[in-house]
Order: sequence, then structure tokens, then C-alpha cells
Amino acid sequence: MAKKSVLVIGGGIAGIQSSLDLANMGFQVYLVEKTPSIGGRMSQLDKTFPTNDCSMCILAPKMIEASRHPNIRLLTYSEVEEVAGDSGKFKVKIRKKARFVDEEKCTGCGTCMQKCPYKTDSEFEAGLAKRKAAYIPFPQAVPNVATIDPDICIYIKSEGKKCGACMKFCDAGAIDFSQQDRIIEVEVGSIILATGFDLFDPSVLEEYGYGKIKNVITAMQYERMISASGPTGGQLQRPSDGKTPKKLAFIQCVGSRDTHYKLYCSSVCCMHATKEAILANEHYPDLEAFIFYTDMRAVGKRFQEYIARAEQQYKVTYIRSRPSKVTEDQDTGNPILWYEETTSRTRTSMEVDMVVLCQAMIPSGSIKDISCMMHLSLNDYQFVHIPDRLFHPVDTEIPGLFACGFCQAPQDIPDSVVQASAAAARAAEFVSKDE
Amino acid sequence: MITPRIGVFVCNCGTNIGGTVDVPQVVEYAKNLPYVAHAESNLYTCSEEGISSIKHGIKEYDLNRVVVASCTPRTHQPLFRNACADAGLNPYLFEFVNIREHCSWIHRQNPGEATEKAKELVKMGVAKARWLDAQEEFKSEVYPTAMIIGGGVAGMSAALNLANQGFEVHLVEKEPELGGRLLKLNRIFPINQDPSELVGNIVKSVEGHSKIRLHMPAVVKSASGYIGNFDISVDEGGKEVSFKVGVIIVATGAQVLKPELYRYGELANVLTQLDLEQRLKDGELEEFKNVVMINCVGARIPERPYCSRVCCMTAIKNAALMKEINPQAKVYVLYRDLMTYGVEFEEYYREVKEAGVRFIRYTPSNLPQVMGAERVESVRIYDELMDMELELPCDLLVLATPLIANDDNEELSKMLKVPIGDGGFFLEAHIKLRPVEFPMDGIYVSGSCRWPADIRESIAQGYAAASEAVIPLRQGLVKVEAITATVDPKICKGCGTCVLVCPFDAIELKESEIRGLEGKIVSEVNTALCKGCGLCAAACPNGAIQQRGFTDTQLISMVNALSGKR
Repeated sequence: MAKKSVLVIGGGIAGIQSSLDLANMGFQVYLVEKTPSIGGRMSQLDKTFPTNDCSMCILAPKMIEASRHPNIRLLTYSEVEEVAGDSGKFKVKIRKKARFVDEEKCTGCGTCMQKCPYKTDSEFEAGLAKRKAAYIPFPQAVPNVATIDPDICIYIKSEGKKCGACMKFCDAGAIDFSQQDRIIEVEVGSIILATGFDLFDPSVLEEYGYGKIKNVITAMQYERMISASGPTGGQLQRPSDGKTPKKLAFIQCVGSRDTHYKLYCSSVCCMHATKEAILANEHYPDLEAFIFYTDMRAVGKRFQEYIARAEQQYKVTYIRSRPSKVTEDQDTGNPILWYEETTSRTRTSMEVDMVVLCQAMIPSGSIKDISCMMHLSLNDYQFVHIPDRLFHPVDTEIPGLFACGFCQAPQDIPDSVVQASAAAARAAEFVSKDE
Repeated sequence: MITPRIGVFVCNCGTNIGGTVDVPQVVEYAKNLPYVAHAESNLYTCSEEGISSIKHGIKEYDLNRVVVASCTPRTHQPLFRNACADAGLNPYLFEFVNIREHCSWIHRQNPGEATEKAKELVKMGVAKARWLDAQEEFKSEVYPTAMIIGGGVAGMSAALNLANQGFEVHLVEKEPELGGRLLKLNRIFPINQDPSELVGNIVKSVEGHSKIRLHMPAVVKSASGYIGNFDISVDEGGKEVSFKVGVIIVATGAQVLKPELYRYGELANVLTQLDLEQRLKDGELEEFKNVVMINCVGARIPERPYCSRVCCMTAIKNAALMKEINPQAKVYVLYRDLMTYGVEFEEYYREVKEAGVRFIRYTPSNLPQVMGAERVESVRIYDELMDMELELPCDLLVLATPLIANDDNEELSKMLKVPIGDGGFFLEAHIKLRPVEFPMDGIYVSGSCRWPADIRESIAQGYAAASEAVIPLRQGLVKVEAITATVDPKICKGCGTCVLVCPFDAIELKESEIRGLEGKIVSEVNTALCKGCGLCAAACPNGAIQQRGFTDTQLISMVNALSGKR
């Protein structure tokens, strides 16, 4: 009898965990990821709270394990296009987008990236750096092969009349502009959704000046900046003049817990801001950080102790306030926060060197397409609807379809890993019903 | 012995290592060490590119030993060992040198000296690699049955999942009925329903399942063995019952703190949230007009610094219920931070506020004060938003107290040889990425015995533990660590020191059956139980015990390399 199969959609930490569990149980797993590499959001983070473990260091072994597991077929740069059939016998069409690079031949040497003359903002570096049209999103990418972005590649746009540098210099002969999208059809007994999150665009909160005031950045940009493998090599540099900030402010609940935008709490921002403030002080012992918060939601294992350490050892000050606006000092480029400190009812302002906006996290856009395709309900905020959240926390309304991680509710890494394993257990139970 | 041909791979780890340690210098240095046939640097040795260069190197340079100088064996050793195995080299002919934690991170301020230290560590690694031996991994059969300790929602969910996948489950519950802490609750958040019917459905499925064997009321008396092969004995209503299982899931839950604060136990109208639920359930709550609830009672204080995660929602749920029972009542919740994380909790909180429940924030420096002689009559609180001292009339004071670890966690931890961490809760293998596994193979953890968790989190963890536990059950065979201790029976004097120090009960004194030594009392290591901790090898007064992968020859060669001796 052929091995029973499960499809996992999304190659972040949740999707990887579900895939590894199921593959180790002996099931055939198809892991579909829309970007060129698995790894997801966790691969962009510098360290993780509350242990300050290096994120990539603990994630990379899982990524590699997923890629070399005999029971996992990785389909990166691929998207689910159609799901038909009944529960337990889902017939799935997956579009494997043309990479214009032969995955078998590419050695990941990076020559094409060096030679390619066309650039765009790097998604992985949250726009803090550029990437080429021919690119590997980050050094530990899995699979470690190049992808050519057809939106900016001049060879593709000029229909072969211009450039072609990558092809000339690729010693492996891996560049293949004749490559076409392929449709892969698989039949699976169960599907797990793990499509993760996107980041809320904070520029709609005009009062905070994101996009206008140079030294106001997002938390994800900050993660890349403080990361040793990021564009600044782990140096904090203000966008306006490259100077090292001495005074940092974090604004919490930007777009979250806000009646104008997202009513919900994004669940992880209190802790990631605390971590980011600790890391700043570790890099620069003179640096002071101020976290403007609403409620300090530190509910996980060792989280309260982490907050206490931030205050006592790392010069982090917590201010219970939601700033009303941020303005810019024209001469210095310093952002100025205007706020009322609720615990002392003083209206005041604070000039800092850089502001980090801890923006809301929203379900990844791809969940909308999938929900349309599968007639799956989403809740008001586009999270996957879980009909019996208490007693069946990973079961969707479609039998055999499970959802884990951020696509169904805001949560941190360990909770996502728990749900990912839970979804794997439920999928295994579902497909072994008729054994 | 075949001449060693050692390959050295030095990792830059992006800039984690390369930003401090002069990696090219380390590579050049390694090239000139004895028996080194090849040395190179990698941007990330753990990346796909790095792994393929190890495999390529083994073939190209005919390497029979591999040294990687990078980060920590805790996360990366399996990966590099597997890379060796993929290229046809016994994975135990691999040696790990940590130049990130031990050099670049800790000596960031002194790059020159960090580089020198990296060179010396590599030299020691190479010296040891020369003496490495191939090891065979022990494979052991898995008895296709699970034991789950705890019949709350986490344990029952795990049991049903495993049973529905076709595996026998022994479910051990110390109380005379299934359901755990949930049975004591009046309503559950955020759906505000009576839990008995909902839990009843799960209990029925568990009780009616042909693959689930219930032991109730019962406690585990002893557990010995290793993954795939545990011998269990339980005391089931005074009767001893023994059975064998392949995996164990711990889901024993937690208890609610009874506080010695706010005159609890002294004044009749001071209750904990749990007491309140009990009175509501039993229909014994007296009439009330003014309710005050205080959160974080006995939590987030120096002696108990953690947040118990579920109490804010418990208070909000019961505050709403008080308003529902008596819409005229004034209900105040005094809180420090309101932990209504996520979507539903935040929504619920907003609805309850709109229903008229008042929330007032307090700080540890301005604690609420209970006023009254026989009964609570009012609660004084400083409201910082209004900068005013308020006196709230109160005929019912309800305290939200944290979940605390069960008293028998310690006993269970000793029996199963699994660790306990902060606050007496069980400690998982990795706080981020292995939340439901213990460091001990074949034993898993879920629910509030690991950390306070609400119903959905406990159930998700129950399923997650089942997911990890079913892997060995489905595989049928498990690999056991090859780095174990061996006894040389000729040297062993049978003193038994090793038996005393072994934390895993892996060593026994036995009459030797080896020819020439018949009848001599010597110690013998059960390799399936041995975890390779090395205590016995260090403790043996006669030098009769060697630890595979850490033999005297290997370790002395490292020391000699460091001291310049050959």
C-alpha cells in the first residue's frame, strides 16, 4: 500500500514542525512554501525571548532536517492553486513557479547574485537592504539555490534581448530562462494550514510618522538591524545619519488593541520589544531604552523574570502610555514622542534617537486565497475560524483540514510549535481512521 | 590502524564567529596539524552548502575523521554526524569544537586572543579525532503501548489521539473520576458554558474506548527502563498492577494557591476564584451587591515571580457572571496588567467592560487594603488614573490566585528521572522548540504540570505530546545513544562505587560469565539505560570504566596537545 500523505501549507516554524512530526511517523509529506526558502518569520529574527537563543541557530537544524528527510517533499516557491475532492481524499494542484534556475544544477555559489545588475528591496531584510533580481534570500536558505525574480530581471522583461549576465557567469549552467511554471498534482488524506503572519503597515497611523520621519522604524527592521547577519552587521545605525542611537523608544500596540485598526492583542509584541531593548543594551552598554506599553503581557514561562532583568540589568524603562504623536526635530532628525504618563498623569514629551514601532501582526495574505479555494470561513480579522476552539483547538470546520500557528490566532514560537505538533497528531489520527 | 586523515571545517557563522575570530588564520593553522588532510572555512557550515562541502570533502580527500569548529553540539551535532553518515563515514568519527560560545561570543572584546584560543581548541579537537573509534548505535524495540499520567483534559486528549491511531493506552488518574481541575469549575471562558457536559463528552469517549485501559484511582509507584521499554507498577486502589509501555506522557496538572493574604481564611466573605466557582456550582452563594476582585494575589511577587496566565480571564469571566446574576451589583476588578492576550480574550474583556464591570489598576507599591472587622466591608484602593484614594463598598471579596505546581511533582520527577524547573513545574527539553518533550527520550509533558495553561492550550499540548510520543510507537525501533560506559571486567574490583553514583540505575554488580573470570563479582552496564553522563568513569577508583567517545587516550591526547606534548 502506498504511504498515506499529508499536505502542509507554509514553511515557517509551524509548518516545519508539523512536517517533521508526520514524516517521522512515516507519512509522506508535501511541504509547500510560497517564497524561495523555508524558514518563515523566525528566520528573520535575531534572538528569541526569554532565553536570547539565536533564532537562526535553533531553526537551521530543523530546516535542514526537513530538507533531507526522505518522507518530505519540499515544494518551495510554490503555491496551492486548487483543492478538490472530499475530506480524506483531497486532490491538490500546486503551482511550482518557474525559478529560471535548475534546482538540481545550482550549487548556491552566489555568482549570479554578484553579477546581476538589477536590484530591488530585500524582503528578508525588511527593506533595509537591496537584493538582486537573481537572489538567494538569505545565507542559510533551504534549498540553497538561486531564484530569478521575473518582475525586475531585464533579460526576462526584454525577452532575451538585454543582459543575461547570470547565464554567462554560471559555471554550473544552472540558469534556465526557458523554465515554465509547472503544475504538480497530489492526492492527500489531510491538509495542515500554517501560513503564518504578515506585518501591519504602520504608515496608516500618520501620527507616528512612519515613512516620513526617517528615524522611526518597524520592529522587524530593528530585528534585521540588530542581527549579526543583517545589513549593518548587528550595528544599530539610525537611518538618517548612520549614528549609533543612545536613547531608543519602543511604541507598543501600533495597530493592535486599537478600535480604528485591529481590536485584538498581537500577543508577542510586549516580549519582543523587551528582548530588542535588552539586545540594544547588550550591544551598547550606555544605551537606554523606553518601552511605551498598555498592559505588559508577559504570560509565558520565565517572561516576568525577563522583564525584571530588563529593568534591573539592561537600562530598560517601562512607561505605561500610548504616545499620541511623534514629531521630528528638524536639525538633529531626532524623533520626539508626545505622551501622557498615565501613572502620574503628566503630559510630557521625550526626545530620543530612534523609535521602534511594534506593529500589529495580521494573518498572511495567502490565507484569503486558500479560504476562497476551499470555502473555509475566516473570522473578522481573517484568522482561520476554529469552530470549537476550546476542545478542538486545531480543527477547522472542514474534516481533515487543520490549522496551526499564527494563521489561526496570534501566538509565540513555543505555542506555534505546540499547535503544529497538535495538528500533526490530529492529521495522523484522521488519516489512520480506516487502518 | 588505518592512518588517520582528518578534515577540519571552520565555520564563520556569518559574522557570529568570523566577526571576531580570524577564521582564515585558524584554517591555515589547522592545515599544519598532525594527520590533517584538508581544512577549509564555510560561511555557515550548517547550511546546505556547508553540509555538502563536508560530504564532498570526505570523498575528495579520502577523509576518515571530521572535525567541525563552529557552535554547540546541543543543536548541531546530529546534523554534522548525519552528514558524515551520508558520505559513508561512521558518524562517531566526527568531533565537535565550539569556537562560537567558547571564543567569539565570550571574548568579543579580544579578537586576537579569541583567535588563539580557537586555534588551541581546534588543535585539541584534532588530537582527539585521531583516536576516535567507530561506534554502533544500539537499536531497541518499542513496546507499542503508552502510559499517560493524569486524566485531565490534556491527558485525555493525548489518550484518545493515541488510541484512535491504534495504540494501547494505560491512563493513570489519582482521583476516582476523570476530568481533572475542570470538574471544579462553574463556567469556562470565553464561552461562558458549564464545563460538565463538554468534559462529560470526552470522558465518555475515553471510558468507552477499547484501546484505553483506565487505572483509577491509582498512582504510579515505580517506573524503570528506557524508551520503548518501560516497566511500570501502579497502586490501583490498594492493589499493585504492573505493565509494560514504550512511551510515557506526564499530564498531572497543577493546583490553585490558597493565599495567606487579604485576610483569606479569616473573614467569611473572602473567597478565592475557585471557592466562588464551587459556591456557584453548589448554588450556595449568598446575595451580594458589591463585589471586588483582586488579581495577582500571591503571583508576580518576589517569592513567586511568575504570571499564572489564566487568572485574569478567570476573574473577568466571574465578574461578568456576577453582573449577570445581579445586574444591579457593582463589580470591580483590581488588576496589575490585564493578560487578555490574543483575539477572543481581548474581545471578551471589552464586552465585559461594556457590560459595566469596572477595572482599576494597582501597583505592588500601593496594594489594596481590606477594611472590616467580622466581614469585609470595603476595600481601599489608590486609583492612579484619577489620583484618588477610593473606598469601594464590598460584601464579597474574590481573590485570583495563581496555579502552583503539584506537591507530588518532585516524587514523580525522581521516579521518571525528568527535570523540574521554575516554581516546581516540569522542565521541558527546550523552552522554544521542544515544548512538550523531556530531555529523557520517550517521556513527554503537557498541560499545567509544565506551566499554567488554559483548556485549549492544555488540549493542544496533549495532542502535541501525543504527536511526539506516537513517533517511536509507529517506528517500532529506536536508536539509543552509542556514547555509553564500558567496564573492563579484568580491572574491575566489584567495589560498587559506580552503582552508587549512577543516576540512571544503569549499572549492576553481577557474577562474571566471561571465561577465566567466572564467578568474579564485577559491574555491568546496561547500555540501553546508560545516558553516557560519565559519572561512573570518573568515580571508578580502579580506572576500570571507560566512556565511549571520551576514553582516557582521547582525553589525554587533548591535554597533551594543549600543553605542547606530542
